[in-house]
Amino acid sequence: MDTGTEADFVTPATSLSTQDGRDGTRMDCRNVSVFYGNKQAVSDVSLSIPDRSVTALIGPSGCGKSTFLRCLNRMNDTIEGCRVEGEIVMDGQDINSPDIDPVLLRSRVGMVFQKPNPFPKSIYENIAYGPRIHGLAQTRDDLNEMVEKSLKRAGLWEEVKDRLDAAGTSLSGGQQQRLCIARAIAVRPEIILMDEPCSALDPIATARIVELIDELRKRYCIVIVTHSMQQAARVSQRTAFFHLGNLVEMGETDQIFTSPRMRKTEDYITGRFG
Amino acid sequence: MSDHIVSAFTEELDRLAADILRMGGIVEQMIADACLAVLRNDLDLAQEVILRDPAVDKIEEDVERQIVSLIARRQPMAHDLRSVFAALKVAGELERIGDLSKNVGKRALLLDKAVFPAMRSGVARMAHPVSQQLHLVLDAYASGNASTAKAVWESDDDIDQHYNALFREMLTYMIEDPRSISDGAHMLFMAKNLERIGDHCTNIAEFVYFQITGEYLVSNERPKLI
Repeated sequence: MDTGTEADFVTPATSLSTQDGRDGTRMDCRNVSVFYGNKQAVSDVSLSIPDRSVTALIGPSGCGKSTFLRCLNRMNDTIEGCRVEGEIVMDGQDINSPDIDPVLLRSRVGMVFQKPNPFPKSIYENIAYGPRIHGLAQTRDDLNEMVEKSLKRAGLWEEVKDRLDAAGTSLSGGQQQRLCIARAIAVRPEIILMDEPCSALDPIATARIVELIDELRKRYCIVIVTHSMQQAARVSQRTAFFHLGNLVEMGETDQIFTSPRMRKTEDYITGRFG
Repeated sequence: MSDHIVSAFTEELDRLAADILRMGGIVEQMIADACLAVLRNDLDLAQEVILRDPAVDKIEEDVERQIVSLIARRQPMAHDLRSVFAALKVAGELERIGDLSKNVGKRALLLDKAVFPAMRSGVARMAHPVSQQLHLVLDAYASGNASTAKAVWESDDDIDQHYNALFREMLTYMIEDPRSISDGAHMLFMAKNLERIGDHCTNIAEFVYFQITGEYLVSNERPKLI
């Protein structure tokens, strides 16, 4: 163990597409560093994120995994004194380039947060809001269809179809989280980022989200940050381990959890430091 | 490897490994004693070997229970996961070795007193390389030494050669004196048991190697005589 440099153990995502017949890389991150003022939170991270699969980012608190995730749809733009270096390429274009509209980018790269955050509006409006501002629906029927489809994909339709006018906040925590996922899906994103989406949910609600993620990965590229090793092991196809702002190791999830190559990864996932 | 943050987890894995080694120690002695009983026609010793087998079965059951509980409560990962998997498989192999040794003991009780001494010593001779293989692979398990495990895995041929030689030797005795056929048949089964024990040692070596390295030894790449 620890016989090579860390970079040796970050296998390119392209190898995945040839092995599994899955689509190739959706997003390619090259030498990404993030600074909060003088403090460096992410150091020179290069990794590629394959399409139509789930990539899990794991690591102890403060390792930079959430900061890195937020780079992927420029959520860090809103933080004062935050600076992102390096390239994050999607469809041949750096998402940080000046011609990219961050609002448009965030409709292509949706995000689901730790705490469900529905708008203080009806269930229907929570979903309809995005398609409406992005001009995705021409008619009322279009919009109704979009709402229904998004709620169905998020596995929430059957539970709420008779009360679409009820407040989004009246739902249970797990339902609210699925509502937020439905809201993210409604604007037809290509990538869905999830930051600890289950940590505020009970095991049943968590299982529903995990089942949903399994379903969603057939259509979307998903990147999930999680503290729960079991969750990373259950939902993802690839896992990246972060420590102190560095990407230590990335590989097939099976390999990371049965035979990690780096000692640091081993120690973390077996509970030897945290 | 450093300890877990949850020290009870480390203690549980240590206990599992200690049980495997205890089990290994018992069966190693069973092989040696069963063969000694054959060599010396020591019926008491043969009986004793037979009586040790339930203890081996008991440890195996206990190991299985520990592992089921450990998986449910700790969800082991990486090296821990491989240790637990290896312990489960190794316990199964050791249990079989115990059974085969017991069978040698049982047959020792059935041998005619007047059996050719050379026949007895043929079986006893085979005990040494077999015990040695088991001893080495248990050492590899205890010390986490992958190259010793691999060496054991690669050197099973020695035992196979012993078995083939012994097989021919027994046939010669049986042809020479048909009255020795009954004893000779028992001896052949004993030799076959010892040869099987060698195979179980090879299996153990595979699991130990996987536990240590996370890599599989591929069976069809093992050097073979025939």
